[in-house]
Amino acid sequence: MSASNKDMRTPLARVRAHGSAKSGTGDHIRQRMTAIAMVPLFLFFIGFLVSLVGADYETARAWLGNPLVAIAALLLVVAAIMHMRIGMQIVIEDYVTGERLRSLALIGNFFFSYAVGLACIYAVAKIGFGV
Amino acid sequence: MRRRAINNGTTHGGSARVPLSSCCPNGVLRMAEQRQAVERPLSPHLQIYRFTITMAMSILHRIVGVALYAGTALVAWWLIATATGPEAYAVFRSVADHWFGQFVLIGFTWALLHHLFGGIRYLFWDEIVGLNNKSADIMSWLAVFAALAGTVAVWAVVFSMRGVI
Repeated sequence: MSASNKDMRTPLARVRAHGSAKSGTGDHIRQRMTAIAMVPLFLFFIGFLVSLVGADYETARAWLGNPLVAIAALLLVVAAIMHMRIGMQIVIEDYVTGERLRSLALIGNFFFSYAVGLACIYAVAKIGFGV
Repeated sequence: MRRRAINNGTTHGGSARVPLSSCCPNGVLRMAEQRQAVERPLSPHLQIYRFTITMAMSILHRIVGVALYAGTALVAWWLIATATGPEAYAVFRSVADHWFGQFVLIGFTWALLHHLFGGIRYLFWDEIVGLNNKSADIMSWLAVFAALAGTVAVWAVVFSMRGVI
């Protein structure tokens, strides 16, 4: 990344053909949209989980399989996974130095987020469809 | 850690001009060399700032966010166990009901509420609402106490439903 001090090219020449920055705010906006979505979803789910205290397995599973609860759960999982992927990426980009280590951390973040997200979605769908 | 912030009589970064007479006895120093010779003031290091609640909350927001990131694995375990069957669910329950499991769940509740209330501040500040020193401090303390009160309230309900308290 670091341009050599002896580089004779103009700043414009250096950035040309490296793509546009038009999508640069995508993650920034996504981070805030998912945050807004999660405020009511989390307050609902905290109440939901508390109401399940002492419930046996069948009751807990039946409630989680309720379509409205399952849809809210899926919305929450999708929002949370997007939010945490972006958040961890920012943390990595801020603190992890060294090109290779940083790349590995970013790849690991991507894999972990999507693996956990898909596992949650699969589980909620399985409960909801009753299979 | 603290490096020399003031050098050669220049107090601020913008100008690096040093009187030729003071910097080199011969009076011959070309511009490029002169610029290198001057140490510009560095921005203050983290440890010399005084404590502010917004600063502490900013650091905590990241730490708690990373903790919640790891916590999603527990959520996935809980959902998969529920989807798998009563035996898998019983294994999850035995861990969750252990005192250490309870400790983790209480911590998870606090982390979630702290990140949630702390995060709401950022949404306001994005809209330039409450973005002055006094409001920012008040909002930060409100978030701290709302998260603590929320955690206590949630677990008071949980323990009373169990008949523990």
